[in-house]
Amino acid sequence: MSEPRTLYDKIWDAHVVHEAEDGTCLIYIDRHLVHEVTSPQAFEGLRMAGRSVRRPEKTIAVPDHNVPTDESRLRGIENEESRIQVETLKKNAEEFGIEYYDVNDPRQGIVHIIGPEQGWTLPGSTIVCGDSHTATHGAFGALAHGIGTSEVEHVLATQTLIQKKSKNMLVEVTGSVGPGVTAKDITLAIIGEIGTAGGTGHVIEYAGEAIRALSMEGRMTVCNMAIEGGARAGLIAPDEKTFEYLRGRPHAPKGGMWELAVEQWKRLGSDEGARFDKVVRIAGEKIAPVVTWGTSPEDVVPITGTVPHPEDFAGPKREAVRRALDYMGLEPGTPMQEIEIDTVFIGSCTNGRIEDLRAVAEIVRGRKVKEGVRAMVVPGSGLVRMQAEEEGIADILKEAGFEWRLPGCSMCLAMNPDQLAPGERCASTSNRNFEGRQGRGGRTHLLSPAMAAAAALTGRLTDVRDLM
Amino acid sequence: MDKFITLTGIAAPLPLVNVDTDMIIPKQFLKTIRRSGLGKALFYEMRYDENGHPNPDFILNREPWTRAEILVAGENFGCGSSREHAPWALKDFGIRCVIAPSFADIFYNNCFKNGILPVVLPEEAVEKLMADAGKGGNARITVDLPNQTVSGPEGEVFRFEIDPFRKHCLLEGLDDIGLTLQKIHHIDTYEERQKGAMPWLWGESAA
Repeated sequence: MSEPRTLYDKIWDAHVVHEAEDGTCLIYIDRHLVHEVTSPQAFEGLRMAGRSVRRPEKTIAVPDHNVPTDESRLRGIENEESRIQVETLKKNAEEFGIEYYDVNDPRQGIVHIIGPEQGWTLPGSTIVCGDSHTATHGAFGALAHGIGTSEVEHVLATQTLIQKKSKNMLVEVTGSVGPGVTAKDITLAIIGEIGTAGGTGHVIEYAGEAIRALSMEGRMTVCNMAIEGGARAGLIAPDEKTFEYLRGRPHAPKGGMWELAVEQWKRLGSDEGARFDKVVRIAGEKIAPVVTWGTSPEDVVPITGTVPHPEDFAGPKREAVRRALDYMGLEPGTPMQEIEIDTVFIGSCTNGRIEDLRAVAEIVRGRKVKEGVRAMVVPGSGLVRMQAEEEGIADILKEAGFEWRLPGCSMCLAMNPDQLAPGERCASTSNRNFEGRQGRGGRTHLLSPAMAAAAALTGRLTDVRDLM
Repeated sequence: MDKFITLTGIAAPLPLVNVDTDMIIPKQFLKTIRRSGLGKALFYEMRYDENGHPNPDFILNREPWTRAEILVAGENFGCGSSREHAPWALKDFGIRCVIAPSFADIFYNNCFKNGILPVVLPEEAVEKLMADAGKGGNARITVDLPNQTVSGPEGEVFRFEIDPFRKHCLLEGLDDIGLTLQKIHHIDTYEERQKGAMPWLWGESAA
């Protein structure tokens, strides 16, 4: 009998095209997603070298980072640089024969939302994109990770990547989580536990009852932030929920081919006794709704907690905490729930899916956004937006005083006009609280959609459990 | 790609941990469709004030570090976004080598595609080099890739580890795509095999 293997081992083994003596491998890439920001130089590189795209049918392209999320975009993108970048993507897609979702196509959206939505993301496949949140697709048991632009060019030209195998890491979340605790809290709690470099050099497999209990949307939220824990890829073994989500989607296999695929996908999970280089176990019961206080995603504290003291930390982190508190304008010892916010951003590839919007609607139904707070909801895709409108969610949100926007990355990285002003404080469902991430001098607190909804209603960081 | 063999130059100390790629180059500079000219945007928000005037206290605005070719930084350098604009900006500024106790994976990988050498050294070694770097122009640091060493101005020598394949590519200035295209028959063979094993990845038609 062969050695027991992990989910990662199995996908890796099935994609090795060539292995050199020193272990450097050529890995086959099944699916490639491109957006407007990290691809123009790659296509330009191909042209300069007179190279073509080896398998254009294995790449799809969509503009998401730059696109405005107000109605103005229906008349074209005003900002010249953004417009050029989006037009360049379209031209490149046409020139090289790549499927393209136009800015105003109803299926347009954040690349990591539309991949799964279109059934482009499949278990057991390898998926890359010039974007670190490609880890999202790992929720389907696909080996998915971000790459740089040189590698985008490499994939376009050869449909492969040069890689060495990463190590295996298991993060097991046991038991179940309490009310008000969501996938976002789980993933932030994990990062708080392992640190932003905890998964460096590893592929994380998320397992355990609390992970299995999550919907596909929740699993995507968990895997999305694997990169914030330092791991290029996060994985969750596929199961009936995975198959149910994918069945009938435009790019998913159909008929007999579907049956054949599912048969194989069922065998992808890690074997009993498979070896992991690193194992972390977290009890689901101990996870509370969390928020970040600093400028690194590892700066996590339960909403019932207080802003920490630099003295609570040792080594170079102490200085980093001082700098972070100064940037965030926070005093050590302040209860998190006393921190007032100016803006609420709900959206991003972390939390821009239908389930996230449902969670927000549940909290704000019949209530009003606190006066003076700017609250915006940016659906992750045109299809999410449409579904939310059909389900009446959009009306609930608008009624409560939320701005209801068009899909895109928006204020998660503020490349489009949606930005924080210096000193502005934001409760955000996105994935990074880095200095300047949402706008120069902007202050970001990461949290779940339900917690963001609660903050919108009270104008301060709030324990959502008090509003349930 | 430019070769990297040895480098002797001024090193700039950046004693921060978790330096993310948003910090290395903020988003407003990602709207370009070119790789060149990003040096002016390097560490933009630390390097310039709200009005775009240089911050005289920031290390890369001070002499002699305006001519720095090496950067010495804290752990987990280059975390966050996969943007290759980060190494492009470093390179365009003139930095060819970054020394830190650890790097984030994607950034580390991106460096090698651009002729930049990321050197991992133990915390104590980085601290020593950080102190040396702070002394400025006379305290040059030498990075020797063939021998895998970093030498400080006081004669201390630190050995570093590096993947042999990546070392070879940097020393020769090899283009990855060119190398892979030499293995094209392996890719052809793989594709034929995969069409049999996982046919659903090839076309969407029903069986």
